[in-house]
Amino acid sequence: MTKTFKIVVLAKQVPDTRNVGKNAMKEDGTVNRAALPAIFNPEDMNALEQALRIKDRFPGSKVLLLTMGPSRAAEIIREGFFRGADGGVLLTDRKFAGADTLATSYALAMAIKKMQPDIIIAGRQAIDGDTAQVGPQVAEKLNLPQVTYAEDIMGIENGKISIKRRLERGIEVVQSTLPVVITVNATAAPCRPRNAKQLMRFKHARTLTEEQDNEHNSYLPIFSLESLIIPEWGVADVGGDEANYGLSGSPTKVKKIENIVFQAKESKRLTSADQDIDSLIKELISSHTIG
Amino acid sequence: MNNIIVYIETENGKIGDVSLELLTKARSLAKGLSCNLEALLIGHKISELQNELFAYGVQKIHIADDQRLVNYLTLPYSAITISLFKEEKPQIALFGATSIGRDLAPRVSSALKSGLTADCTSLEIGDHTDTKSGTIYKNLLYQIRPAFGGNIIATIINPECRPQMATVREGVMKKEPLETPVKGEVNILDVKAMLNNEDFIVEIIERHMEERKIDIKGSPVIIAGGFGVGSRENFKQLFDLARLLGAEVGASRAAVDAGFADHARQIGQTGVTVRPKLFISVGVSGQIQHTAGMDESAMIISINSDPDAPIHQIADYAIVGDLNEVLPKMIQSYKKNSK
Repeated sequence: MTKTFKIVVLAKQVPDTRNVGKNAMKEDGTVNRAALPAIFNPEDMNALEQALRIKDRFPGSKVLLLTMGPSRAAEIIREGFFRGADGGVLLTDRKFAGADTLATSYALAMAIKKMQPDIIIAGRQAIDGDTAQVGPQVAEKLNLPQVTYAEDIMGIENGKISIKRRLERGIEVVQSTLPVVITVNATAAPCRPRNAKQLMRFKHARTLTEEQDNEHNSYLPIFSLESLIIPEWGVADVGGDEANYGLSGSPTKVKKIENIVFQAKESKRLTSADQDIDSLIKELISSHTIG
Repeated sequence: MNNIIVYIETENGKIGDVSLELLTKARSLAKGLSCNLEALLIGHKISELQNELFAYGVQKIHIADDQRLVNYLTLPYSAITISLFKEEKPQIALFGATSIGRDLAPRVSSALKSGLTADCTSLEIGDHTDTKSGTIYKNLLYQIRPAFGGNIIATIINPECRPQMATVREGVMKKEPLETPVKGEVNILDVKAMLNNEDFIVEIIERHMEERKIDIKGSPVIIAGGFGVGSRENFKQLFDLARLLGAEVGASRAAVDAGFADHARQIGQTGVTVRPKLFISVGVSGQIQHTAGMDESAMIISINSDPDAPIHQIADYAIVGDLNEVLPKMIQSYKKNSK
């Protein structure tokens, strides 16, 4: 019998902060967050691909997504299904609100304990916070080893997983026992596209909350198809100490937020005409800006 | 007790710039708080580095030296750090926002249940009044960082938990040794008592590290390309101009992600911060994540065919034009006009 693995992929729904264009700017020069689309955090996509590759190599393995967020974050689980995941859990509870990375890690760790995976894979960091803290903190809370900046999960043999890491100044190949928490870099392989069959099969997957909110499609036979129900877990489902969740479990507080205002400064407009470029270069030379 | 501890990163037996920058900052924070500046040094055969640390004002160095610690490993390094912090109870602990610091600091913060702020661009000391309880907190560490893709600047505090932990990116703070080194003390840690075999379950099988070759930070002139450059091939034009001007080539994250340039050249919130006397920006749209790392340049020239590109707004000279036309003309003009 070949070995199979249960893999949990941590994924986050984030506002797309990468492309804050003019249409996402308010008149005062600050960002209109509501105008930014909610997307699957890019490095979590790389993480999903690494998980799916393990499933390819070890048929019968299961890939489950775990995401924390409001009701609409169920979108992350559906996206996972479309690309080949076997299921997922939406961690959602008002008690999670206001969580910093530590309280978020606690909630995720409690859910992971319930899911009992062999391998936990997450993106290195989410683009809305760029902290890269949740992966290592989840690992610590579960008392598991962590392997950060993974670029390729090379193989699993005799209970040991080999991982290539991409660091600032080089690469490292490490071997870890299981279970392990792995965080994946953007330099890892991109995620495979949606699979048409999976899309047809799971497009109606939804949480009970979504089902209740959806007045039009309430006749859909989803309750007869248990595989289409995305479970929602709250504090009551995962247990743990309530004081460790949400705002009360967050040691860091935001004291102040300043919006960056895009200021126009006095600038000279030039064209690519010869005389424009020439006079600029001459000016730079005469001011000793360039040698 | 209740001092500031800076985690000292080493590579090839040398102290990383980021650690010296942190020490310089931490020295002034310690002065303001009337506490001591301490350092944690983990590795093997590293004791000769202590003089350099004293030159940066470190009053006490905690050294963990063991053959098994020659390369960074998450579990033993964090076990040592956690046990030292439990013992010493520093009020502030600082780490470089490097591959190592960003792996180590979160693990430590989780174990100590203390707050951690990543990638700070500024650290200050200040007070805080909790609006609900009215409690006044004196002398907190203000951890200031860009967030939300760099579109906001947040000031984060840890009112209750200690240590107050932060990571800081390389190049954000200045490094300045003291004129006269301090006469500090050395505390050799009992590594064997802090570690067990379980801490070595992750093994390094292979390791290829490169010496840092690219020095964008130190270059007085930088030519940086963005996604608009279009290809790795097109980036060669930037290198041509750079060679001529004695400049370095940088890149935006979008250009690095697209594979046009190496990560070591990345400028911006997730790369290095630079302040050259001349910054020539080529095919960069001007996302705040990028401009945060270059907008303090003494002079900025932007080249972008889109007249509405945000980069033009922060430029001293905004050239609206095609880089394939502008760059060769700049090269030609420079050759003609320079002696």
